[in-house]
Amino acid sequence: MDPRRFERIDDTCWRYGPEGAMRVPAVIYASETLLRAMDEKVLAQLCNVASLPGIVEAAYAMPDAHWGYGFPIGGVAAFDPDEGGVVSAGGVGFDISCGVRTHLTGLTLKELSPVRERLADELFRAIPAGLGRRGRIRLDDRELDAMMAGGAAWAVAQGWGEKADLARIEDQGCVAGAEPEAVSRRARERQREEMGTLGSGNHYLEVQLVDRIEDEATAHAFGLTEGQVVVTIHCGSRGLGHQIGTDYLREMARAAERHGLRLPERELACAPLRSALGRRYLGAMRAAINCALANRQIVAALARRVFERLFPGIRLPLLFDVSHNTCKEETHEVGGRRQHLFVHRKGATRAFPPGHPAIPEPLRAWGQPVLIGGSMGTGSWVLAGTRVDGVRAFASAVHGAGRAISRREALRRFQGEGVVRQLAERGILVRSVSLRGVAEEAPAAYKDVDAVVEAAHRAGLARKVAHLRPLIVIKG
Amino acid sequence: MSTRERSREGWAYELFAHGADVGVRGFGASPAEAFAAAALALTAAVTDPARVEPREPVEIHCEAEDLEMLLHDWLNAVIYYMATLGMLFGRFDVRLEHHRLEATAWGEPVDLARHQPAVEPKAATLTELKVAKEPSGRWLVQCVVDV
Repeated sequence: MDPRRFERIDDTCWRYGPEGAMRVPAVIYASETLLRAMDEKVLAQLCNVASLPGIVEAAYAMPDAHWGYGFPIGGVAAFDPDEGGVVSAGGVGFDISCGVRTHLTGLTLKELSPVRERLADELFRAIPAGLGRRGRIRLDDRELDAMMAGGAAWAVAQGWGEKADLARIEDQGCVAGAEPEAVSRRARERQREEMGTLGSGNHYLEVQLVDRIEDEATAHAFGLTEGQVVVTIHCGSRGLGHQIGTDYLREMARAAERHGLRLPERELACAPLRSALGRRYLGAMRAAINCALANRQIVAALARRVFERLFPGIRLPLLFDVSHNTCKEETHEVGGRRQHLFVHRKGATRAFPPGHPAIPEPLRAWGQPVLIGGSMGTGSWVLAGTRVDGVRAFASAVHGAGRAISRREALRRFQGEGVVRQLAERGILVRSVSLRGVAEEAPAAYKDVDAVVEAAHRAGLARKVAHLRPLIVIKG
Repeated sequence: MSTRERSREGWAYELFAHGADVGVRGFGASPAEAFAAAALALTAAVTDPARVEPREPVEIHCEAEDLEMLLHDWLNAVIYYMATLGMLFGRFDVRLEHHRLEATAWGEPVDLARHQPAVEPKAATLTELKVAKEPSGRWLVQCVVDV
C-alpha cells in the first residue's frame, strides 16, 4: 500500500479517514516497510468494517494484517450494543478461538538431545494430525453439550491435565454464556471424533528452545530461562468451529436486510448484538471457544504423557494459552469513559496490560503473555501486554507472521523432502503426514516474523520477552 | 497465479491464490458441470484428484435462494462429508434444477500415504463467490475456501 494515502500519526501508526460511509477511521499499526508490503484489500476491508453500526474508536489492523473474509485477518474492531453494534461471523473467522499455548519443561537442550528422535516419533504417534485422522475420544450428545459448556475445565475433569492449568488459560479455561442448543447437528457431527486432534495447514505442535531473552524480569516471572526447552501447540476448535462459522455467516448474510443492514459486501455479514440471531451466534461461538480450549488442553495432555514416558516425573506447567479468533465482552476506556464492548479479534491476540484483573496473580504485574507462532524454520515469540501512553487497539497484538506467497506458489518453489532435509541440517526434526503439506508450509513461504514482532513492540501493542526456535515440529 | 487442470471427464478447474487460503474455480458448459468442476478443484486443494479412486458413492442434496448461495452450500456439503466420513472425492455427478441440487460424489476413505493430504478444508466462504456465464457461453463458478 502507498503510505501517502495515510495520515502518519507516529513511527508505526497510520490513519485513514473517516470518509464516505465510514463512521470511524481505519488505523493500521505497522512499520513503513510492512505497510508498503501489505495487501490493498486490508484497507478496503478495514473501511467496510469502519462503516458498520455501533463501531467504536477505529477499525484497527495489526502489523501482520492480510486479506480476510469481510474483516481483514489481523483485524480488531469493538462494537457498542447500546449504539446498534453488531457481531460478525466473518469478524471471528471459521477457526473460532484458534490459538497458541506454551508449556515449560525445565529441560535443557543437553538433556533433550539423546532422545530427540524418539521424542519426535512418539509425539507424532500420540497426537492425531491432518485430514482424516480421528481422535481416540468419541463424544455422545450429552458429552458434547458438557464439553461446549465446560471448555478446558471439562477436559481437566475428564482427566486431561491439571487443575492448575486453568488459571493460565484466558477466561480460566471456560468462557461463560456458551449455548450448545445454538449449535447445529452438522457442527456436532463434525466434532464427535475430533477432540484432541491438531488439524492441518499452519497448525502444529513444536518442541522449542528459548534462545534469546529480551526482557529478563518478565521472562523470569513467566518461568522462561535461556536454554530451556518448551512445548508450544497451535490449533483451534476443529470441525465444530468451522461449521458454526459456516452456518452463521450464511444465516447472517440472509438476515442482513431484515436487520436493516446495508452491507457493501455479502461476506461482511453480521447481526445486531441485541437481535435474536446475534445472541444465538454469540452462544454458539462461545461453545466453539470452549471447544478450542478443551481441544488444546487434551492435545497438551497427550504431549505430557509422551514426555512423562521419556522423562519420568516431569510436569510441564502451562505458561499460558491465548486465542486469536474471538469476539469477547470486555470493558474498555474510550474517550475517558468506561464502556462495555464486544471486541472482535480476527487473527489478533488479546494483550492485556500490566495490572489488568483478568491476568492471573503471579503474572499480573508483568502483563498478559502473548504467544506468537512461527512456521517450522522461522522462530516464535513470547511477548507481554503493555501500556505506553495508553492501551492500543483495545489491548490487542499480532498473532503470527502471515504468508508471503500462496500455497500454490510454495508448491511450485519447494519440495517436501527438500524442506525436511534442509530443516534437519539446521537441527529441526519435522514429522508430518504430508510432504505436500510441508512444502506448502515451507518457512520461506512466510513473512519475517521478527519484523512483525518488532513493529508490534515499537507500536506499543506488546513488548518483546523471549524468542523461541524450533527443535521438533509435528504437523498435519 | 493459477494453473488450469482437467478432470477425467474433461471439465476444467483451477485453484487461485487468496492470502493464507485458496480459491477454487470450475468451468463448464452448464452450471451443473461447472459446480462439479469446482468440487474437483476443492479436492485438488487437498490432493491430486487423479489419485482418488471413485469407489464409494455419497448422495448430496442442497437448496438455496440463488445460484451463488447454492454453490456455497454445495461446496460446504462436500467439505462436511469429507470431514465426517473421512473421505476424498474424485468424481462428481451434479444435477441442477432451478436452485436445487442433487449430486453423487464418488470417492474413497483418506489414505495418508497415498493421498498426502496437504490441507483440511474448513469452509467454503462468501469471499470471491461468483456464478457467471461468460460471453463465450461457458459457465464460471468460484469461491475462496478457508484451509
